[in-house]
Amino acid sequence: MTTVTSRKKSVAVNPLKQSQPLGAALAFLGLKGTVPLFHGSQGCTAFAKVLLVRHFREAIPLATTAMTEVSTILGGEDNVEQAILTLVEKAKPEIIALFTTGLTETRGDDMKGILRTFRESHPELDSLPIVFVSTPDYKGAMQDGFAAAVREIVATDFGSRDESLVEMLPQVTILAGSLLSPGDVAEIKQIVQDFGLKPLILPDISGSLDGHLEDEYQTTTAGGTSLEQLRNLNQSTFTLAIGESMRSPAETLQQQFGTNYEVFPQLAGLEAVDKFLWRLSQIVNSRHDPHFIKPPTVPNKYEIQRRQLQDAILDTHFYFGRKRISLALEPDLLYQTAWLLHNMGAEIQAAVTTTKSPILSDLPVDSVTIGDLEDLEDLAAGSDLIIANSQAKSLAKKLHIPLYRLGYPIYDRLGNGYRFLISYRGTIQFLFDIGNIFIEQEESQNNH
Amino acid sequence: MAFKQSKVAALLNEPGCEHNHQKGVGKNKACKQQAQPGAAQGGCAFDGASIALVPITDAAHLVHGPIACAGNSWGSRGSLSSGPMTYKMGFTTDLSENDIIFGGEKKLYKAIKEVCDRYQPAAVFVYLTCVTALIGDDLDAVCQAATQKFGTPIIPVNSPGFAGTKNMGNRMAGEALLDHVVGTVEPEYTTPYDINLIGEYNIAGELWGVLPLFEKLGIRVLAKITGDARYQDVCSAHRAKLNVMICSKALINMGRKMEEKYGIPYIEESFYGIADMNRCLRNIAAKLGDRELQERVENLISEETAKLNQALIPYRSRLQGKRMVLYTGGVKSWSVISAAQDLGMEVVATSTKKSTEEDKARIKELLGKDGIMLQKGNAQELLRVIAKTKADLLVAGGRNQYTALKARIPFLDINQERHHPYAGYVGLVEMAREIDEALHSPIWAQVRKPAPWTVNSYHVAASIG
Ligand code: SF4
Repeated sequence: MTTVTSRKKSVAVNPLKQSQPLGAALAFLGLKGTVPLFHGSQGCTAFAKVLLVRHFREAIPLATTAMTEVSTILGGEDNVEQAILTLVEKAKPEIIALFTTGLTETRGDDMKGILRTFRESHPELDSLPIVFVSTPDYKGAMQDGFAAAVREIVATDFGSRDESLVEMLPQVTILAGSLLSPGDVAEIKQIVQDFGLKPLILPDISGSLDGHLEDEYQTTTAGGTSLEQLRNLNQSTFTLAIGESMRSPAETLQQQFGTNYEVFPQLAGLEAVDKFLWRLSQIVNSRHDPHFIKPPTVPNKYEIQRRQLQDAILDTHFYFGRKRISLALEPDLLYQTAWLLHNMGAEIQAAVTTTKSPILSDLPVDSVTIGDLEDLEDLAAGSDLIIANSQAKSLAKKLHIPLYRLGYPIYDRLGNGYRFLISYRGTIQFLFDIGNIFIEQEESQNNH
Repeated sequence: MAFKQSKVAALLNEPGCEHNHQKGVGKNKACKQQAQPGAAQGGCAFDGASIALVPITDAAHLVHGPIACAGNSWGSRGSLSSGPMTYKMGFTTDLSENDIIFGGEKKLYKAIKEVCDRYQPAAVFVYLTCVTALIGDDLDAVCQAATQKFGTPIIPVNSPGFAGTKNMGNRMAGEALLDHVVGTVEPEYTTPYDINLIGEYNIAGELWGVLPLFEKLGIRVLAKITGDARYQDVCSAHRAKLNVMICSKALINMGRKMEEKYGIPYIEESFYGIADMNRCLRNIAAKLGDRELQERVENLISEETAKLNQALIPYRSRLQGKRMVLYTGGVKSWSVISAAQDLGMEVVATSTKKSTEEDKARIKELLGKDGIMLQKGNAQELLRVIAKTKADLLVAGGRNQYTALKARIPFLDINQERHHPYAGYVGLVEMAREIDEALHSPIWAQVRKPAPWTVNSYHVAASIG
């Protein structure tokens, strides 16, 4: 049982966390044909945009309701209306994704009322879905905002599906939590397809942030979960929720459509991937679907990859044994990473995270601190490796400890949209990457 | 709302600002100009204030508000330091719901204490943001109390994002410096050749390409406001003989008010391009009113331009006649245009979104009659102009980098987050090198090449058949 602590201080020094609206924006970027709309002052959107652009090295469509001093006093109704109308005119989104910020939450804009009035005065936009989520900056962190957005997406009525489209394959819903990168999501999609299932991924940031070159200029997100897919959510036979924070949207789906679910708090490391593939094969086998000629088992390529991972574990374990590693990551990513390293024989020296989560009590370490990078600096001295976002660069340098970059933002490494660290293959890559850091470190120490 | 509205109004009416010279319609336009709901968006006043103040390297910069403002932005400024690194740290009160209900002043006071105790900064700049302005925290009172108690200058910066654009924030920063910093310390000694550089933030180390020139000429930069600055130097800025405003619109209020209060004249200059750099040095020498200095300047200019012309030879032939679209705000438009023309390039279009009438006149003169002036702009508009003018290169801020790259167009970053210094004579060579690299990279053919099976398949089939 891990104890969760936070240090009594009034100042956050070198903050680790980002706020809820950034998480919501990221989740909404995984919907096709949208422009995430911040209800707040313009700066919040600009900062979020700069951060995401630097991390993904992509053009990121985001918009603001542009609250000013005056509109803050008067209330945001006009700004919300005008923002939606301008977006409709300029960007032609298929979905409006709206969320609050600290400013508009503190002021206490009555969002339900605002949206009701909007609907009444704009019947011409009745067919345009609006997803709204409340994400005050002063509560929670990025992961919470992301989860809240997904919860609202699954609770929104997107209208009925097109019955003329005949489903050939059994469909499963994948709730892709904020611990997954676009590359991770793409890998999950591939795996599910390899089992002969049709993945409905929500949100699908692999469609929009994977760094592919489009032919035309995009005014909205170019890929992601489509409106048609959202209308098909009730057709899934099962929900696979990746990351503990996806439990609550999975529950919502169960309440609404009776879809059973399983939460996979991690998808890296041998056992975790085994469990996931086992579940997929059970879904396949449990269906007596006329389209299947014979019940498929686990595709052969995963048998091979599994053996490759076992081999990689053998090859790399010399370097991981008794290594002390300090982590500063959001709860879900912290959980996945800490267990993977623990299962390789490494010791977690310190764990710092951003926000509360039930999963924090089950980490392979005695205590976890909800805090900032100053806390990490105090706790990490003497470790062999730090795993955190790029902002930990200077403290790692100061402590003479190598830094492996994970989380948001990573602005000094390439390929954040492409890299994947889950599945057998992703785990192999992760072990090699970290193992190589340890080798390099050993060599430089020997040279002294 | 406790936030001082009168002060905002006063800043909007800054008489030193060109935007206000034009009476009647359009007056104040650029300063009041805020993002439109639903449109693309620029930074807020808090962003602008931190751009202008964070480069003070030995100070701590404490953001009073929920995590949004600091959490997404700390440590990301492109200004470099030759020493202290305190400015690169992120400090915030990270307000929770409770703090917002009961007020954040106590927490702020304690936060200041903790920062002073652990990091002993030369000063602490405290930034008011949207939420703390809305709940009415009395920033000035807390800072005053803390200054007395902790023996460290604690500077309030009234810069809630909703008060305006980045430009507005720049001015609020200038106001904070004028009210609480400049004039609080006497310099150890003064010389007749003391100047302040205002509005130059040492992005990518740009200052370091220019300072050696001043040194050679015997001009002392008393205070850099604020690139690679030390707090103490800014305190004694009131003893300079001349203020040199770089990218001047941003901190114009400083120049004007320092003239009023301390009798320091100011000039507006740019470090980009040969012509502007030459003019800058000549104007400084003329203002400092010293024949010998003027002679030294002339000698230096002929020396440097000769060296520069030599260094540029290989690039000039490769860049001659290449067409550039420039998309950046304010003064930089014209200064970059003249730099581009020094390289033999043609600027076919530029944005005048944030430009004053004076800027625009100057731009018009530089661009000639065929040049396009983009009043409004979004990514789509930009791409349309690039296509229409058959431009070879887009020069813009980092935010537009992926607009260009996604359209498979060479790009050069000219704003805050870039990695190369373009100021001064050495900077022009750097710029030439970067543009050359961008234009002539072997990648363009590859990223524009369609897959062999998507075009000409008919011809292939025919040739096989
Ligand atoms: S707009 Fe307001 S809340 Fe948003 S970043 Fe700027 S100061 Fe902070």
